[in-house]
Amino acid sequence: MSEAVIEKLDLTTADPWSVPLDKINVSDPALFETDTHWGYFERLRKEDPVHYCEESLFGPYWSITKFNDIMQVDKAHHIFSSEDGITLPDRPLDFRTPNFISMDPPKHDVQRKAVTNAVAPLNLAKLEPIIRERAGKILDNLPIGEEFNWVDLVSVELTTQMLATLFDFPFEERRKLTYWSDMATSGELAGGPTPEPVRRAALLECLEVFTGLWNERVNNDPSEDIDLISMMAHNPDTQNMEPMEYLGNLILLIVGGNDTTRNSLSGGVYFLNEFPDEYDKLRANPGLIPKMVPEIIRFQTPLAYMRRTAMEDTVVGGKTIKEGDKVAMWYVSGNRDEEVIDRPNEFIIDRANPRHHLSFGFGIHRCMGNRLAEMQLRIVWEEILSRFETVEVVGEPVRVLSSFVKGYSELPVIVHAKQ
Amino acid sequence: MPTVKFIEHNGTEHVIEGEVGDSLMSLATGNLVPGIDADCGGECSCATCHCIVDDAWMEKAGKPSETEESMLDLNPDRESNSRLSCQIPLTEELDGIVVQLPEFQY
Repeated sequence: MSEAVIEKLDLTTADPWSVPLDKINVSDPALFETDTHWGYFERLRKEDPVHYCEESLFGPYWSITKFNDIMQVDKAHHIFSSEDGITLPDRPLDFRTPNFISMDPPKHDVQRKAVTNAVAPLNLAKLEPIIRERAGKILDNLPIGEEFNWVDLVSVELTTQMLATLFDFPFEERRKLTYWSDMATSGELAGGPTPEPVRRAALLECLEVFTGLWNERVNNDPSEDIDLISMMAHNPDTQNMEPMEYLGNLILLIVGGNDTTRNSLSGGVYFLNEFPDEYDKLRANPGLIPKMVPEIIRFQTPLAYMRRTAMEDTVVGGKTIKEGDKVAMWYVSGNRDEEVIDRPNEFIIDRANPRHHLSFGFGIHRCMGNRLAEMQLRIVWEEILSRFETVEVVGEPVRVLSSFVKGYSELPVIVHAKQ
Repeated sequence: MPTVKFIEHNGTEHVIEGEVGDSLMSLATGNLVPGIDADCGGECSCATCHCIVDDAWMEKAGKPSETEESMLDLNPDRESNSRLSCQIPLTEELDGIVVQLPEFQY
């Protein structure tokens, strides 16, 4: 009598355990904005750990959801290529920004090596006092006893200052880095809110400003410049990059050094409030900070997945993945795999083996800045504990609309000074 | 049982007895020798168990696999006798092997 009404299935309100398996699409950005992805991943890990999704905003793709399967895929760079990009959206042909994270060997190796030194442990040791001083200043300026957004005043500010330091970017204009980072990851093609033309314009502005800095520094004495721009300008393997390749590497370093640490800085505050016994444990023993930091990074998983493309037919977890198929390694799911991680849904700041998590990836694309990230978080927590009795979360966080960047735009808090 | 001598960057020596088949990495982490992180737990995929094998033992320790080679190659502090300790299983022949630990793991 009436035509069938085809309703779009809203996964954010559906029951993860009764939705037909083939309708589960964990790449839906709304699942992350509403924090409703957990049940779907739990179900996939139990019922269909290597899962094919036929229809999504990004076309068909495979999901790898268990820790050990993810490790297998991440290690096999000769089968699973990064050349077609490390996120699910297909990159527009007329706006490609290549960088080493989306390259395979041998080019990946030489370009990565050109910038690795900036975050080499010896250089990090030199940065420690600067980070500590800047973190202290930010914390000292926070309003005591009144509500504010921790994301804006602490997480964004601190990671932006750090990035400005690594690039030797004009300090007063540092929030441009935040803006470009946000633009890079919030595009509509990735299911985010930013129209594509706005995103492109922002990134081209980024390129223009950084080209100016490159030109200022390219003829300087290389031994005196240890910032990332000078390193690229002086290294034979990167000094002849095309502009879009320069932009690609800038975006990689800006997003890599910005979103990730930023959201772990917010996440840590949130988790300690969710698990108050752990906060007590921490206050009683600040020496636990170095163990807590990797646990924060596991629990947050600031990048929910990385994508690869199969270069040949291959079997993962009993399923045949065909040449050309897109594959998402869901770190956010593997980090909660109870077969590998004990009580994975609990935030435990003194785990025996806290660095055994997937958030940095494994294999040749493993996060280059992992030690920098850990150092930043460690210093900030040391400085927080020396100043404040509690950073109290007073409302629910606002989460980012993205299935790639797993983060917060708001976290309302009140800080209480030490008595 | 074969033994391994780990020498920390500051010169501190640790002589550890192990079973044939144990990796040098698991001997170090299992006996709380500082300087080996082993984030991936022995999967040859993080390169945070980097060690430098004493010249006299290089040949007996064998050659790195292609995977190990690709991980080692990312380390700017790599030396000609660098290895990942998770990829060296202990054998009777390696009894007495000496390895240096780097100042930092990446």
